[in-house]
Parts: sequence; C-alpha cells; structure tokens
Amino acid sequence: MFLTNQVWQFVFLTHLILDNNLSRAVQHFKLRTHSGGYHCAFCNKRKRGETAMGEKQEKYILEMTGIEKQFPGVKALDHAMLKLRPGTVHALMGENGAGKSTLMKCLFGIYKEDGGEIIIEGEKIHFSGPKNALDNGVAMVHQELNQVLKRSVMENIWLGRFPKTAGIISHKTMYEETKKVFDELNIPVNPKTIIGKLSVSQRQMVEIAKAVSYHAKILVLDEPTSSLTHEEVEHLFEIINKLRDKGVAMVYISHKMEEILRISDEVTIMRDGKWIATENAEDLTTDKIIKLMVGRDLTERFPPKTNTPGDVVMQVKNLSGKFMPSCQDVSFELRKGEVLGIAGLVGSRRTELMELIFGIAHRGTGEITKEGRLINNKTPKEAIQNGFAMLTEERRATGIFGGMSITFNSVIANLKSYQAGFFLSDGKMKTDTKWVVDSMRVKTPSQRTHIRSLSGGNQQKVILGRWLLTKPDILLLDEPTRGIDVGAKYEIYQLILDLANEGKSVMMVSSEMPELLGICDRIMVMSNGKLAGTLEIQEATQEEIMRLAARYV
Amino acid sequence: MDKTKKWSEILLDYALYLILGIMIIGVVIADSSFLSLNNMWKILSQASTRGILALGVAGMIVLAGTDLSAGRILGCGAAVSASLLQSVTYASRMYPQITEPLPMILPLLLSIVVCVAFCLLNGFGVAKLHMHAFIISLGTQLIAYGVLCLYIDSQKDGAQPLASLDPRYISLVNGKFWGVPNLVWFLILCAIVMWIIWNKTTLGKNMFAIGGNTEAAAVSGVNVAKNIMMVYLVAGVLYGIASFLEAGRIQSVTTSTGLNYDLDAISGCVIGGVSFSGGVGTIPGVLIGVIILQVINYSLYYLGVNAYLQYVIKGLIIILAVAIDVRKYIAKK
Repeated sequence: MFLTNQVWQFVFLTHLILDNNLSRAVQHFKLRTHSGGYHCAFCNKRKRGETAMGEKQEKYILEMTGIEKQFPGVKALDHAMLKLRPGTVHALMGENGAGKSTLMKCLFGIYKEDGGEIIIEGEKIHFSGPKNALDNGVAMVHQELNQVLKRSVMENIWLGRFPKTAGIISHKTMYEETKKVFDELNIPVNPKTIIGKLSVSQRQMVEIAKAVSYHAKILVLDEPTSSLTHEEVEHLFEIINKLRDKGVAMVYISHKMEEILRISDEVTIMRDGKWIATENAEDLTTDKIIKLMVGRDLTERFPPKTNTPGDVVMQVKNLSGKFMPSCQDVSFELRKGEVLGIAGLVGSRRTELMELIFGIAHRGTGEITKEGRLINNKTPKEAIQNGFAMLTEERRATGIFGGMSITFNSVIANLKSYQAGFFLSDGKMKTDTKWVVDSMRVKTPSQRTHIRSLSGGNQQKVILGRWLLTKPDILLLDEPTRGIDVGAKYEIYQLILDLANEGKSVMMVSSEMPELLGICDRIMVMSNGKLAGTLEIQEATQEEIMRLAARYV
Repeated sequence: MDKTKKWSEILLDYALYLILGIMIIGVVIADSSFLSLNNMWKILSQASTRGILALGVAGMIVLAGTDLSAGRILGCGAAVSASLLQSVTYASRMYPQITEPLPMILPLLLSIVVCVAFCLLNGFGVAKLHMHAFIISLGTQLIAYGVLCLYIDSQKDGAQPLASLDPRYISLVNGKFWGVPNLVWFLILCAIVMWIIWNKTTLGKNMFAIGGNTEAAAVSGVNVAKNIMMVYLVAGVLYGIASFLEAGRIQSVTTSTGLNYDLDAISGCVIGGVSFSGGVGTIPGVLIGVIILQVINYSLYYLGVNAYLQYVIKGLIIILAVAIDVRKYIAKK
C-alpha cells in the first residue's frame, strides 16, 4: 500500500551501494564519524552550535533552576538545572537514577517540586499535569509508548480534542489535519491504520507528530532510539532536524553516546540528582561524558575477553520458519564457550531465528542438532529440557512478572526442581534466589521486593539468573542490554563472558554494533531472513557488518 | 497489503455470518417449514429486548468491564412499567388509585430513571471507587433483585404477577408497523442511535480509548471517570427502554423477570466479537451475536429438541463461535 520507512531506507542504501558510493553509505551509518561535528550530506546535520538563525541564541525558552525533590529516604533532585534554547537539541544525560526522569516529571507537573523554579518564555509556570503541559506547547514522547493500540493513528493523535461539528466527530477533518502533519514531517504512515499494526519506530513518529499537532515549542524525547535500528534512527534524526529548523526546542534523553554527540547542540549531565555540567556537544567526547556521568574514569567499556571457544555444541541446518515472513534456509554452528553475535537491520528476522530455535515460532524445514543428537524443540518447554534458555527482547512484556517478588521471578522457569512431595520447598527457592541475587550482583533491598521497582539493569540480571537456574548449555539473548545504563551494561557484559568461560554457549542479538564487536567471538549477519555472512571478530568492522546487512534487501 | 488477503483470512473475517448461515441452512434441511417470514419476525422480536440490553452491556465490555446486574435491573424497570400500566378495570391492580389510564411516556420515563439509577451505582463503583465491574455489578445484581421482590411483594394481595396490562400498551409493544413488528423497529432505532454514539461522538471514541488503554486516554486529557459514568448512563437508558418493552412483550412481570438476561446479553456481545480485554467491538457485531443466540434458542425449540439438551448444544455453539472468531486476532509465528 505504501512504502514504509524501512523500505525507503533499504532502497536508499542499495542505491548507494550500486552507485559505488559504498564509502559514503558506510560513513552515513558509522555514527562515530559524525562526532567530529562535520557536515554529512545524508542526514543534513547542521554544524553544531548553530541555531536555525545561524547564530547562537542567548535567550532561553525553558529555565529550570534549583529544582529540589525529596522522596521518602532519598533526595531525588538536589539543585537540578536545565536551560533550553529554542531551535536546539539539548541532551540530558546521566546514569539510571541520576534524576533525569524525575526532573522531567517536575516539568510536566506529574511531581510537584519542593523547591526551585520553572520558567517558560520568561514566565514562571507550574503545570497541573501532562495534558496541561501539552496544551501549553510542552510535549513528551515517552520511551514506553502510551497509545490505544486497537484504534487508528489519527484517533490516537486527536484523542481528547476530536474535531467536531454539532457534536458529531468529523473524520474528514481529522484525516486531513493528520495527513498535513505527516506530510510536513515526511512520515509515510496512513492516518487510518490501526496503530498496533505499526512498528515501534512508526509509532514513535506518530507520537512526535502528535506533539507537533499540538504546536509544541518544547519537546522531550525519552530514549527515542532504544528500540530503533540505524535506518530508523536516521529517519528520526531527519525529523528532529526539521523540528529544530522550525525552532522547536528539544530535550533528548538517551544513553547512546554516539547519537548524542551527533544530534545534540548542548549536553547537560546529571549525577545523583545534581546538575554536573552543561557543555556544547562539540566540546565533548564519549569518554568525557562517561567520566562526568559516573564521576570517575571508565577506562574500558567492555570487560577483557578471556573465553576460548571449543568444540561445536549446536548445529543448525537449513532452518526456515513455517509462516513467512520468517527466516529462510539458515545454517550455522555454535561452539562451546562461544559468544556468537547476531547483527542485522530490523526486519532481518534475528528475533525469529532465536524463536525458531527455542520453539516459540513454528519451524517449517531444517534441523537442529545438539552435541550430535537431533533435537526437536517444538515448544519452549522442550527447548528448556534440552538445555536452552532465552532472554526475550521485550523485558517488560515477556520477561518480568512486574507485580511479583524477586523470588517468584527467579524461580518461575525452574519450579520442578523445588518440588518436595506435593508442595514447593520455600527453603530451596530462597537459596536459589540468594544465588541469583549474589552471583548476578542484583541490587535489591530484599528478595520480596517487587521486580518492577528495580532498575532495568537489575531486572535483566534477575531474568538472566532465572534462566541460569535451569542449568542451560545454550543461552539465547535478545537485546540483553536494551534500556540499561552504561555501568549496568558493563556488568551484563561481564556476566555473559563469565558464562562463556564456564563453557556455556551464548547467542546474542544486538542492534548496537560496538557491543557486538566488543564481546563476541564471531558475528553472524542476517539480512531479510537469510544469513548474509559470518565474520570472525578479528575481521569484523561496522562497515563490513553494514555491507552484509544490506545484502538481500 | 489488504488486497493480498488469503481466502482463509476472508473466511475468518466473516466467520460469524457464515456460522449463522450454516445454522439456518441446517435447521431448514431438518424442517423446511422453519423458513417463513413469521418465524423470522418471531426470532427478531424475541431478540429485540435482549438486543437493546446487549447494546448497553457492550459499552461496558468495551470498557474492559462487564455487567452481571443487567437482567435484574431490567426486571425492576419492567415491574415499574407493568405496575403503572395495569388495566384500570383490573380489580387487584397494584395502584387502585389510578383510575384513568396514564400516558404511556410516563412509565417509560420512570423505568428509565430506575434503570439509570442502578447503572450509575455500577458506574460510580467502577469510575470512582475503582472496583472491577464484575464485583460491583455482582453486588448491584443482588440489590436489584431484592428491590424487585420487595416491590412486587408490596401489593395489597401479596406477591402476585403484575399482569392484566393496559391493551394500548400491549398493542404498542406487540403491534406491527409496515408489516414489521414494533419491537424490531425499536431495536433498529436503538441500534442506529448507538452506532452514531459509538462511531461519531466523543463519548464513543473516548470509550474505546479508555477500554484500549486507560493511561493513554488519561494523559490525552480524557476525563476517564466522567466518560465511564456517561457510558453507564447511556446503558441505563437502554435498559429502561428494554424493560418497558419486555414487560409489554411477556405481559406478566414476576420476581424472575430478567433472570439470566445479562448472561444472554454478554454471550451475544462476545459471540459478536466484543473483546473482553476491552477496546474492541462493533454495533453490527453485537446485533449479529444476539441474533445468532436467538436463532439457536428458537430453532432448537422449533425442532423439538429436549429442553435440557438445548442447554448443552447452546453452550457448545457459543464456545465454537467465539473460538473461531478469536482466530482473527491470533498472530501466527
């Protein structure tokens, strides 16, 4: 019906490659090259520090100064500060728990600050809630998109203020207004589509369009790229640049250094609820930001690799899914003590490959052998019995049981081994939970704490621990570090390498290439459901991965 | 994308209509006399009051709730209408002081007021006290039943059916207009109004938004509590109309009037594709669901199937219909 953004990007990319413009294409995707502040023809990135008017503005559109917020037992904000200029992108950085979201919640009136003042365009304000803020041109695109999935795109955009004539909603006006905003921002989405059928990136763009339709002057983007691929990030940046040219001031919250250095004009760094620094992005480097964020030098982003892959543990031959689109004819080997990375664009069926192996998706053809034995893995249960474990991509949706305790979340995949006669043994479960908390270094007040109240990194550690309790030989990890801050990522990497050292085999899907390059032994690149190639870590580069990722698109 | 739909998907999309068609064909094969205009009007007339009730219940299911009290509330409304419209020549009528026939709009409005009151109690529990609709309506069901029994028992001759209704009333409800039973006209009218409310007004859109994602609706500036109350209010009006019609249809109101009507209405909605997880449903779906249910009822009776066996078959058909219908929403991996 219409070309999705991804398709456009694929077409665009193939075009470049056919035009022998490979090096330009590569440069386009190699985010790091942008951090020097040079002009890239593809993403129209203006030289940083310039505003829409071409000169640095001294006027602020938003000034939050001396913001204080006390929660029982914690000082969440302690003289926090954020000053935002119109027509700029302002990155807000800090580790999880540094107070970024609390500060934003104060701005949107979700929390009432205990001290300090918020000034918008010279006027002191206090919003009564997100809707009040929205009506005043202050919008936020949340990391967890809050949309009515079963309704259409345009209904989601106009919810709460439907255009009406004599009490009857005008679908025509709604459609036209939505189309106008979409055309302006170059969002290739039909306003009548049911929103649940869109990809995460499209849904995010709808949310941005919603903010634009409210004539937002200030737009807060909370981790907008955490579930996007490179192409989608490029499109998002295109939109951000358009909004910047229109004079919209944006707060950009993210953990991804490369992106921040590339897209933002200014960077404010917070630590422990305090304002630490505000600098021009061009004066910053990744190392400098990390140093400011953690308050110490983080010399290594990845732990040293000490594992040595051994014999082949699992062989996959000609694996295809039963229901297309899925994987087609994928064959590979996994060795003992190996970390095998899986790279690819969104839609390259990386997750499907794992689901096929783990028995979540239906296998069409192909066979899987583990230690020379042919295995079925028709259901996840069978896969677990065969020594497989899988960490899913959507931690909140398919990983954690939010309202349940750490104990429940730790033992749930392994209940059989706690059976003592007719009952479950509390003692054994407690011991195992203690093992999870200790060996995964989970920071939690107690075993009875609800997992929901832990940070993303700690939740992920509990789930990793859950699977280790089932004593797997092969771990399938789907985006294991998504939405986790720098410090916790390092710990997850360390855990993965420790597992490999113990002789377990790890397959890991990730959209962050530096991460794959940092901890894997080999990297498999998927492209449009097919295996495009496998790279030994010594020969793997971001350019090579991108080239393979575009092979079958 | 839509054009490449496989035939199996198209089949699923229209599964309910196919089931209805197959059922009717099946009954016709078993007894060809079934296929008559008379039988059709009978089925639709029987479906009408339950259909109007279901149109109200459907809104609550879209809000991810339900209403177990609908039947008993209908009983209360029916008792009010019947008691006020007993024939003025009937000696043991409930209100001997009524000597001149009342204008019929009055009992209708009073029935609506009674039903709205009960519905607002449910709505208050859901919107303000944040109770699950299942629980609050379970309570309301008992209250309504108690009130109904007290009311019928308060007659000077004790608890006896409210019968001998005003002939004007009976002919209004059971008469025909342009050859179509009035009951069917009432159902069509209610369905059209409800379709407009669901699809063309802010209340309808907000209802789907709240049912689909309450949080998202709230941050978009929707007054969640107010809209929930409004949906219950609309349901109350529908219950009131249904109760007025039901009393005239059965012509005798007792303490068991309305028993299990709520379950019929809920089954109708579910068969018609109104999702219990909220945020999904259509008015034509509700109507077709209610009609399917009534076709099952009537045809089993028509074929002379054992009354107890009817329950078994009815249950199986409901399960089958919903099991097929949910296939639409299951994504294959």
